[in-house]
Amino acid sequence: MTTDLAMQGCCPTPFIPDATPPGLSDRWARALDDGRHHVDFLAPDVHCATCISTIEGALRAQSGVLTARVNLSTRRVAVDYDPTRVNVATLAGVIASTGYAVRPYDAAALRDVTSDAQSRHLLAAMAVAGFSAANIMLLSISVWSGAVDATRDLMHWVSALIAIPTVAFSGQVFFRSAWAGLRARRMNMDLPISVAVLLAVGYSLYETAHSAPHAWFDAAVSLLFFLLIGRYLDHRTRRLARSAAAELTALSATGARRMDGQGQAHWVPIDSIAPGDVIEVLPGERIPVDGVVTEGRSDIDRSLVTGESAPETASPGTLLHAGMNNLTGPLRLSVSATGDATLLADIARMVAAAENSQHRYVQLADRVARFYSPIVHLLALISALVWLWLTGGDGHRAVQIASAVLIITCPCALALAVPTVQAVASSVLFARGIMIKDGAALEKLAEVDHVVFDKTGTLTTGRAQLTDAPPRDDTAWPVALALAAKSRHPLAQSLLAVGGAMAKLDDIQEHAGLGLSAMSSRGLVRMGSAAYLGMTDAQGMSIWVDPADGRGPRVFRFVDTLRSDAAAVVAALRARGLHISLFSGDAPQAVAKVASDLGIVDARPRMTPADKAAALAELAAQGRKVLMVGDGLNDAPALAAAWVAMSPASASDVSRAAAPLVWVAQGLAPVALALRIAGRARMLMRGNLQLTAVYNALAVPIAALGMVTPLIAALAMSGSSILVSLNALRLKWEARA
Amino acid sequence: MTSLLMLMPIALFLGGLGLVAFLWALRSGQYDDLDGAAARILLDDEKSGERVDN
Repeated sequence: MTTDLAMQGCCPTPFIPDATPPGLSDRWARALDDGRHHVDFLAPDVHCATCISTIEGALRAQSGVLTARVNLSTRRVAVDYDPTRVNVATLAGVIASTGYAVRPYDAAALRDVTSDAQSRHLLAAMAVAGFSAANIMLLSISVWSGAVDATRDLMHWVSALIAIPTVAFSGQVFFRSAWAGLRARRMNMDLPISVAVLLAVGYSLYETAHSAPHAWFDAAVSLLFFLLIGRYLDHRTRRLARSAAAELTALSATGARRMDGQGQAHWVPIDSIAPGDVIEVLPGERIPVDGVVTEGRSDIDRSLVTGESAPETASPGTLLHAGMNNLTGPLRLSVSATGDATLLADIARMVAAAENSQHRYVQLADRVARFYSPIVHLLALISALVWLWLTGGDGHRAVQIASAVLIITCPCALALAVPTVQAVASSVLFARGIMIKDGAALEKLAEVDHVVFDKTGTLTTGRAQLTDAPPRDDTAWPVALALAAKSRHPLAQSLLAVGGAMAKLDDIQEHAGLGLSAMSSRGLVRMGSAAYLGMTDAQGMSIWVDPADGRGPRVFRFVDTLRSDAAAVVAALRARGLHISLFSGDAPQAVAKVASDLGIVDARPRMTPADKAAALAELAAQGRKVLMVGDGLNDAPALAAAWVAMSPASASDVSRAAAPLVWVAQGLAPVALALRIAGRARMLMRGNLQLTAVYNALAVPIAALGMVTPLIAALAMSGSSILVSLNALRLKWEARA
Repeated sequence: MTSLLMLMPIALFLGGLGLVAFLWALRSGQYDDLDGAAARILLDDEKSGERVDN
């Protein structure tokens, strides 16, 4: 399945990994019994077999590592190591050196531990129920084939012996949930299930003890088996959803370099940094806290935080925020806000608030379950009472009929109706490189009527491309390439990608925030911003080069290119009748250009994270169901607040966590595909629920009339469950066609 | 009837063995990473168990 994913080229992340300092706190590690330590890392970019072998190979080659295992489903790396020979920082460095962004995390804090345990318990319960159902069914076949008297009683007793422990073990999932619901004065779907199972077993025991012809052990246990399948599928779909707010804590830096009175820098944990401290941020590092620059000049990549496409110059007096990348020169900052007070923390709070409001969406299955429960109980009660009256007080017959009604209105078809479609849809999407983390997102996608795009990194590739340059034989080219090779500035990197012969230059110096200079045979050559070369240039991304040949500086212009299929996808979405908007943190000219290229009328520039979230709230108040597509840190609150959201895999960790859908491919086509599949999935879910309704409409009268035997019940339950599953599989067959 | 009394426990026992095997596989963590297991088929050089003593 992973070979279907169109990747830019396996594996290394475009982001600069955080520098891991020596003495990084080993507080992430857990001590195991025999002196070993265990640590887990987040590695969000692993997605294929090569990633596994690269990371595990690198770790195993490291002395002191005992076991190393990559978990592809949860994107974690688990390492057991000898603390006397290696520490967490070294391990992190080893993984980072293979090109994968990685950071240690606290499994217990992110509540990952319990989710896995629950998954295992469900599987175990399912296995036991399956074993019992199969065996009891076989025993029942002999009864249905005409066993009588002692043989039949033997079969029933053996069935009882198998069924009772099974119900005690596998049924706990439902009993606990039903009991919890009752205590909260609510009737959820687990209540009729629990009542049906317990009643079936109890009633069958009574009948068996009196040598009666019918026993319902197989019905009770099959019911549990089918329901647990549905539960497990549902749980699997939800397991990948992580709290984006918790993800943000992993994104924050764990420490910083603080300057003391003597001008020496010491690594201190982030908690001990207070406003007023002076910290040092080297080139290539992410800024750990909010602060004002006191010394140094550099270029800052603000794209993750504000969405601006061009790096900005920072000089003494500039306010910088935690999360931005320092590109070219070392900086000293006077800390203005730490921890909870940083912009990053603000964003985390907005995301957490948005996530909480999402819980109010009630999924289709739950909406049906709400009135299913009372209706079923009512029907059973009515049948019992009617038969009591008809037979003049025959309690036995009344209970028999009521049990039959409860069992036959088997919620197994209902419990399977939606999870099966979700499971099939998830696998179809995954085969096309779209990962869905939450079943509710699938339903919500189908209701979308408005799509909001972010600009940088979403509609555009986020990388600058050369649009305007002097002719290739111009002397500026070799000089520019030679200077670009020594610069970390992203525009220089893009220029370098063009390739070509480099001039021989001596004494290349980078002047952070300005440009580069060097000595050539002709004299001093320079490359850099317009201001550095003494030109006035209002246009966005450009590099000026003066190769000292007397003709003055020449310009190389760059633009952030649109993704190749952006125009086609936007047009297709508009053709489906969706409204399209563009929200961006970038400058008006850049936004206007992209909007006109794509024909988007509603384009808003200079939006802060709070602005985006507020605009979405406004749209929601108008009754619009919005699909938000975004990638930067500044999109995270909007992604969490939107009706449903999608994020490209190249996005920041937080956006990937905040968006229920993540896609891997380079273009925007997955957005249109996801909408189409969601629409189809919703139709199939509705179809399944209708099938269930029809089944119940037929089954209840038959049960109420007393014509249901265990054989009929077994056939009906299995038949309806299989029918519902087959219907869900249609999605896969259609997708293949 | 006697044959039934012998065969049924045998059948249940064999089925029970299967169940125990499944529960063991579950407990040893083989179901924790199904995507990873699928991807590892493509790797050569997988030794059984990752215990490496460096």
